[in-house]
Amino acid sequence: MTEPEIQTVDELIQTNKNQLSPESNTKNPGQQGFQNNLIKFEVKNLNFYYGSRQALKDISVSIPEHQVTGFIGPSGCGKSTFLRSLNRMNELIPDTRLEGKILLDGTDIHLRQVDVTTLRRKVGMVFQKSNPFPKSIFENVAYGLKIAGEKSRTEIEGRVEQSLKKAALWDEVEDKLHDSALKLSGGQQQRVCIARALAVEPEVLLMDEPASALDPISTAKVEELIFELKKNYTIVIVTHNMQQAARISELTGFFYLGELVEFDGTAKIFTNPADKRTEDYVTGRFG
Amino acid sequence: MKSNPRRSPDLVFKILTGTAMLLILAILAVIVGNIVIHGYGTVTFEFLTSEPLEGMTEGGIFPAIFGTVALVILMIVAVIPIGVMTAIYLQEYANPNSIFTKSIRFAVNNLAGVPSIVFGLFGLGFFIQFVGRNMDRAIGADVLWGQPSLIWAALTLALLNLPVVVVSAEEALRVVPREHREASLALGGTKWQTIRRVILPQALPGILTGAILSISRGAGEVAPIMFTGAAYYLPYLPTSPTDQFMELGYHIYVMSTQSPDVEATKPILYGTVLVLLILTLLLNFVAILIRYRMRIKMKQVA
Repeated sequence: MTEPEIQTVDELIQTNKNQLSPESNTKNPGQQGFQNNLIKFEVKNLNFYYGSRQALKDISVSIPEHQVTGFIGPSGCGKSTFLRSLNRMNELIPDTRLEGKILLDGTDIHLRQVDVTTLRRKVGMVFQKSNPFPKSIFENVAYGLKIAGEKSRTEIEGRVEQSLKKAALWDEVEDKLHDSALKLSGGQQQRVCIARALAVEPEVLLMDEPASALDPISTAKVEELIFELKKNYTIVIVTHNMQQAARISELTGFFYLGELVEFDGTAKIFTNPADKRTEDYVTGRFG
Repeated sequence: MKSNPRRSPDLVFKILTGTAMLLILAILAVIVGNIVIHGYGTVTFEFLTSEPLEGMTEGGIFPAIFGTVALVILMIVAVIPIGVMTAIYLQEYANPNSIFTKSIRFAVNNLAGVPSIVFGLFGLGFFIQFVGRNMDRAIGADVLWGQPSLIWAALTLALLNLPVVVVSAEEALRVVPREHREASLALGGTKWQTIRRVILPQALPGILTGAILSISRGAGEVAPIMFTGAAYYLPYLPTSPTDQFMELGYHIYVMSTQSPDVEATKPILYGTVLVLLILTLLLNFVAILIRYRMRIKMKQVA
């Protein structure tokens, strides 16, 4: 989507803020789509350490709203670490340290008054390995609502149905909602996880190689789904599958050895990259 | 066909390991066989439901059965919450690399190696003489809590079994996949919500295994309770936690070492051992059944 939707006053103020912010336009020149979309995430000089090993080196990037932003790179390049820092999941790992700023809608997510559970409700996540709970399909999707304190049975039922429809799974599971989610196929399980993430109505969906463990048909379904979802959600996806990034993302970043080597429109990254390392990677010379 | 030279060591080890296994089986068969042959004639309905008579040379063992069951139930009630909470702290909250966590784990493991008689003396010194006496002083009672009783024996036994419960509960928590914790946290769950709704339900069968082990141990241990609450002979059943009680293991010990007429006591002794054996198996069986049903329920989900 390149046309902005009708904006509320708040959003207009936000637009102005983002345009006034010097970082958002100077750091990433030549990007397509930026002029028309608000900045959702703004990352400034992010460094991340596992113990003494530095996994992310001075990452600065702006991620626009209602688009699919993809990050590619070889294994261990830091792309997953970067993704997990956007909803503060890295904090669960002991002996890690983060420097720099991550702004979500202009607010630093590491401020003391930011509640991490609220943040994670806003910034949902889908993991590489599909990880439904050993509960029924219904209970899986309803989980986020229940822990958020939703009591109304009709509300929960409505949201479960709605989320499963959004995840393009409703028709397949409609009559077995109360069967174990573990009985489903791998691709269906991953879509349960997507539905589960959607049920809490996040604004952003982080996807960590969501299709890497799936067969081609399921992968196609998930990709189709991502394409649908970007109308309403900001999607950040990490993948080591370059074709996938080329297919689904508007903007692509290339990570290498903890550095964000290049970040630009997907077409530019894949056809005319500015950096030699990016060119070597996308043409398959390494990685 | 030529014989394969590598097969002969294989055969030797098969025989060696098989013999070791048979040896254990034989010992078990002798013990159980001996007890059953000598004991089963004694175990009648009357034996199970009446109290000892004539200096334990006649009558039954009902008070000891009752005391054992009461003791084990109280012990379970005490040890499971404390043990599971300790395991949750160690596994979910504590920083695994801190010296504090490591020393707690070290202490728990060492607790498991302390001889049970030491627990008995500790129970006497700590629970009865320190805690109990001070409780009496506080409420102005003469001697109520500051004497051997059911509650102190149960707590001493709970202490003895704490390492078993902590270690097995920790193991059960550890095997819950990290992906499930992450999924819950990524949905905005707090740590406690994640523990209560995702981790504990999955760890429950494993936690119950710890409970089973402590039941087996609890029902059979004599040393920790001989100073803290078990009675030589009581004409009444315990009705409050401050009462003393009879217990099967201790009853066996008393009958075999302090009977006025060893020959007359023998059949009763065998019968009591058989009952203790069956009771332990029964308690185990019930716990295994609960665990099994829980596993089934978790697989089916509803």
